Amino acid sequence: MTLSREWLLSDRPASRRQARMGQAYRTWLGFRGNWLAMVGLGVVVLLIGLAIFADVIAPFDPVIPGDLRTERFLPPGTGAHLLGTDDQARDIFSRIVHGSRLTLMVVALVSVIATPIGMLVGTTAGYFGGWTDAILMRITDIFLAFPRLILALAFVSALGPGIENAIIAIAITSWPPYARLARAETLTIRDSDFINAARLQGASSIRILWGHVTPLCLSSVIIRVTLDMAGIILTAAGLGFLGLGAQPPQPEWGAMIASGRQFLLDFWWVATMPGIAIFIVSLGFNLLGDGLRDVLDPKARK
Amino acid sequence: MATQANDEGRDSALLSFAGRAGGVAVTVLLTFLGLLLATFLIGRVVPIDPVLAVVGDRATQSTYDQAYKALGLDKPLAEQFWIYLQKVVTGDFGTSFMTKRPILEDIARTFPATLELATAGILIGTILGIPVGVWAAVRQGKLFDQVVRVLGLVGYSAPIFWLALVGLLVFYARLGWVAGPGRIDISYEYVITRQTGLMLLDTAMQGEWEAFRNALSHLILPASLLGYFSLAYISRMTRSFMLNELGQEYIITARVKGVPEWRIIWVHALRNAAVPLVTVVALSYATLLEGSVLTETVFAWPGLGLYLTNSLQSADMNAVLGSTIVIGAVFIGLNLLSDLLYGLLDPRIRRRA
Repeated sequence: MTLSREWLLSDRPASRRQARMGQAYRTWLGFRGNWLAMVGLGVVVLLIGLAIFADVIAPFDPVIPGDLRTERFLPPGTGAHLLGTDDQARDIFSRIVHGSRLTLMVVALVSVIATPIGMLVGTTAGYFGGWTDAILMRITDIFLAFPRLILALAFVSALGPGIENAIIAIAITSWPPYARLARAETLTIRDSDFINAARLQGASSIRILWGHVTPLCLSSVIIRVTLDMAGIILTAAGLGFLGLGAQPPQPEWGAMIASGRQFLLDFWWVATMPGIAIFIVSLGFNLLGDGLRDVLDPKARK
Repeated sequence: MATQANDEGRDSALLSFAGRAGGVAVTVLLTFLGLLLATFLIGRVVPIDPVLAVVGDRATQSTYDQAYKALGLDKPLAEQFWIYLQKVVTGDFGTSFMTKRPILEDIARTFPATLELATAGILIGTILGIPVGVWAAVRQGKLFDQVVRVLGLVGYSAPIFWLALVGLLVFYARLGWVAGPGRIDISYEYVITRQTGLMLLDTAMQGEWEAFRNALSHLILPASLLGYFSLAYISRMTRSFMLNELGQEYIITARVKGVPEWRIIWVHALRNAAVPLVTVVALSYATLLEGSVLTETVFAWPGLGLYLTNSLQSADMNAVLGSTIVIGAVFIGLNLLSDLLYGLLDPRIRRRA
């Protein structure tokens, strides 16, 4: 039994595993045909690679200043400094490479916090209906109508600046769309026969919600989260830029732009380079999200 | 007979519109209450001791206790929230530690600048975005559509504050096409008496055309930037609405009848797509008001956003929460107004309710 193309694309899978893997392979084939989505995937893989091997890739230390007399504001391409150096004579390339860890951490933690909240609220509201639904969705609507960046700003200013608080603030403001989506999905499957069958067998509501409803909502919520990741990165960078996210000397990209801003007119690369990094990464997540939606969500396909 | 039926139709339409407006009003009220609860709780968890901020850290215990009582901090949380509500509703946001003025006064002073910037941005975004979106839908899959798609993706992915910095670097520092940060050159600052607070309007009304040109030169870069971001969103939505309309059967009917193509696109299809577009424009306007926080910081634009970030930096909590409430209220208002307009403009929804 080899893992051949024929085996994967077989019309008559012999086992459940073969059917599942075949389906995954077909999805992958569809995804691979979309070259923009592949570019997005490449960027995200690159980001993860940079974050894992930051110590190996970065030629200089991201935080410890270099020689302040001779190495400040070296333009890009001087010696070993690919993207130049900043006001503290630190290598900008090394800082960007290490900053990928912070970016990845923000994205990962925000999705890990916000997705379960949204799923829980949405599936509960959709499954039980009635008053539960009315109250939970009202709360969700209230959160949806809030200006997210402003609210995150107010949260962070109260909790104190720092990357952890920025993550909490972004997570608190980003779950409502997931709740709406999970609710809509739950409503379409709530009255299906297999749910009724599970209920007749005496399955508890929690078991039905967790074992039957949640897995079916997951794919559309994941697509939505992927599409939101670019927004999360931009918000985190914005908070960093305003001095409310990661604190110096942490090599967070938004904060790097903020500190390079005062030297913009004389040494343009200090503020510009981290911005290009943010742009590329959020573009990558946008492309990946678009591609995933096209492949996994047949309803949205045009 | 016919007119009577028509009148009845309009009456029930008005009635259902009133019902819808009532529902929206309840939502607005609840959402606003939620916003105030959020700002109240944020104000409570803030690690700065509000009593110390009033009496200073050398006060005796009895002075401290007195101030503690005077600030109402000994009362139950629910009662404190009630007092807070009454204050906010009457426009009392407290005094700023930074400017020593009532917050409401500061907000009234800075808001017109934000309004001017966001309005200029949404005008640029709408006037360019809708035709671009329509044309992209017509030329679906062709070069123009691809270019628009790429421009839109860039708009979605670029951090606005970074693009603002690059814009300043290129168009102000290197090319010298536009004026730099701020709303107007200092030399004109005292020539203009403040009437509406909208710089372009004030200078035009006073006939100071040189100052008007100067203000315009300051406005054009930040406004184009905000306009670009709303253009990315508006053109993308216009395109998808138009594609939806162009696939409908009435378009085929119109074609069969021999209606010229430009009329089908710009009159038949766009008119139907215009209804959801109103919502998109209103939402986009709300987002611009919010997004102004970052843009204003870069351009030193003396609006509400800059006021908010300055207050953040000096831990001026009253000012932070006051401007959060005002921006939030405008945001919520626009959000729900778009909901209401949707019902008013779309006859199908109007009749169904």
